[in-house]
Amino acid sequence: MSQLLVITGGRIIDPANQRDEVGDLYVRDGVIASEFSDEEREQAETFNASGLIVSPGFVDLHTHLREPGDSHKETIASGSKAAAAGGFTSIVCMPNTKPPADNAGTIQFIKERIERDAVVNVFPTGCLTMGREGKKLAPTGSLKEAGIVAVTDGGHCIQHNEIMRRALEYAAMFGLVVLDHCEDAAMTETGVMHEGEWSLKLGLRGKSSAAECIMVARDIILAEHTGGRIHIQQVSSASSVEMLRRAKERGVSVTAEVTPQHLALTDADLKAYDTNLKTVPPLRAEADRQSLITALADGTIDAIATAHAPHTVTEKDCEFDYAPFGMVSLETTLSVCLESLIRSEHMDLSAMLACLTHKPASVIGLKKGTLSTGADADITIFDPEAEWKVERESLQSLSRNSPWLGHTLRGQVKATFVGGRKVHG
Amino acid sequence: MTAPQDWHRKDLIAIEDLSRDELETIFHWAERYKPTLGRTNKKLHTLNGVTVVNLFMEPSTRTRVAFEIAAMRLSADVITVMGDASSLVKGETLRDTARNIQALNADMIIMRHSAAGSAKYLSEVIDIPVVNAGDGAHEHPTQALLDAFTLRERLGHDLTGKRITILGDILFSRVARSNIHCLKKLGAEVTLAGPATLVPRGFEKFGVRVCHNLQAALDGADAVMLLRIQHERQTSTHFPSLGEYTSMFGLNEKRASWLKPDAIIMHPGPINRGVELDSALADSGRSVILDQVTNGIAVRMAVLHLCYTTLTAQAS
Repeated sequence: MSQLLVITGGRIIDPANQRDEVGDLYVRDGVIASEFSDEEREQAETFNASGLIVSPGFVDLHTHLREPGDSHKETIASGSKAAAAGGFTSIVCMPNTKPPADNAGTIQFIKERIERDAVVNVFPTGCLTMGREGKKLAPTGSLKEAGIVAVTDGGHCIQHNEIMRRALEYAAMFGLVVLDHCEDAAMTETGVMHEGEWSLKLGLRGKSSAAECIMVARDIILAEHTGGRIHIQQVSSASSVEMLRRAKERGVSVTAEVTPQHLALTDADLKAYDTNLKTVPPLRAEADRQSLITALADGTIDAIATAHAPHTVTEKDCEFDYAPFGMVSLETTLSVCLESLIRSEHMDLSAMLACLTHKPASVIGLKKGTLSTGADADITIFDPEAEWKVERESLQSLSRNSPWLGHTLRGQVKATFVGGRKVHG
Repeated sequence: MTAPQDWHRKDLIAIEDLSRDELETIFHWAERYKPTLGRTNKKLHTLNGVTVVNLFMEPSTRTRVAFEIAAMRLSADVITVMGDASSLVKGETLRDTARNIQALNADMIIMRHSAAGSAKYLSEVIDIPVVNAGDGAHEHPTQALLDAFTLRERLGHDLTGKRITILGDILFSRVARSNIHCLKKLGAEVTLAGPATLVPRGFEKFGVRVCHNLQAALDGADAVMLLRIQHERQTSTHFPSLGEYTSMFGLNEKRASWLKPDAIIMHPGPINRGVELDSALADSGRSVILDQVTNGIAVRMAVLHLCYTTLTAQAS
């Protein structure tokens, strides 16, 4: 007998199919169905979604799960639970584990852990270079056979232009997208925040936006030159946006993501030296933030990605200079995006959900992020108005390094389904 | 005149936080304390029985000693913990170090630390007063207070419209930042000068003039504050060499003549003689560098007294 689920009365928004209507959504054996027979309707389990939004499950291109190596910060189990709580049904995990995912054995280990522990779909990436050192190419072909979906040095930007060029050419042979965190190392070595008015005020060393833009430009040039596929991670500055816009107008095969934190926060928010706001690329100026929102709305930036980067309370409880970079984000992304994009009237809900669903999926060619008939029944149901407080107890992640800790946010995931199975709510 | 009463802080973290009235309160007490420095018996009983810990995570002579003397003049018991001798090198966190010091019944902590924001952090993790003796490139409030105190002595109590030029490494300087805030609050007109790499235009947002032409920066100034060129902190990327710095921005007799005739020359020390300041000028009548050092004791006595008084007032 089939497993049957009907989600009734919700506002179904499926951006890939330009669908936005109140109705019922049918799931048969973990797959979206177009309709049920009367008999099936009677047998089906029902989820009443009236007053709620029913969306394709969110897809995150940028998650740090910390396993293997740093399971005190996060594990595949805890990180995937955090994803489910945040409405993410598919997440792409970065290879900056210990050891780094630069060999098939480590990928194999990660795949086994995913099989055993993950409550959402987790897709591993592999290193672009050995040890993420930017010196010697990792065995991309073997990593692909082991199951990676993209290559990246996750948090390290390859500084050597020739190696980056060869990496792009080589990855293209396997149809793999290169994900790059753009930062010129020499220009940013000692920086801990955005270089600008606030770094001068706070006496903290800055990372200039030029250091990002230079590498974005480099990557665009190399993508054009090699025909390789580059995806710019965590775009943070107006100058990078401009570089991307011009490249896309020329037809260069480049995509880009932005994080909710860069859409919502600026360098001025660092004025209390809160280490939970220390991240990389750094939170930039208000003009940069505005340009990121515009770029997401006009399609220059393709996707919202969390860059979920867990660190323990102890690691963040220190002088600003010594704290590690990064913040947890999976569980707050929906609320933060609703605030920064919808309530501020920069985008409509369908356009925003596109950036969380089919658009990120298409960046690396995942068959995810739609409610098309026959698609995997990965579904997120949320109340855009429900308020919740971000507290230690309310988070599934093992880490708590959120800028919104203690804040009340609006917009809450009520249920998350992966392959028709409820994994949250 | 009644004593200014505007002081409700147990911590002194940053000049930026202070009101004009709070500054005046400190100056009032510093003026009262200064004459006691010349007495044979210099001890006052203000902080009798109070334990002050000087936690210096970065090397310092002048500031550390001035704080020690200030605390001793007020009859406090003073212990100095130096960074290299402390437990921090063993991997203890600042929170743990500070809480241990508090558990040892210290009543106040004075801290010098290389990380900006560390003084504020410290004040959040412990209950006893924290006095910032310099946090990274952020602030060095007592230096700005003693500088302003010295300027008031020389130029008159009202600094409104006085033209003060700060010359040197502004970018990495906590002294510059505290002085900018302090002088602006007191109504002075501030010009920042030095090489463009160390004096970025971004400082204009502080409400000051940024000037890379030395003559224009010094012309008609009432005072010039020189900052030490901290070559140990800069890589070779910020300026070519000390020699080049001296030839372009070092203060010498000729350049000093661009100042107002009775203008004063200040320096927080330690001086690199012959680098940012010509040796003869440093010893000339226009130099108030040693007055600054002495005033540093009076100002710090005022700060210790005020912060501790707030604590006891809160307790009762």
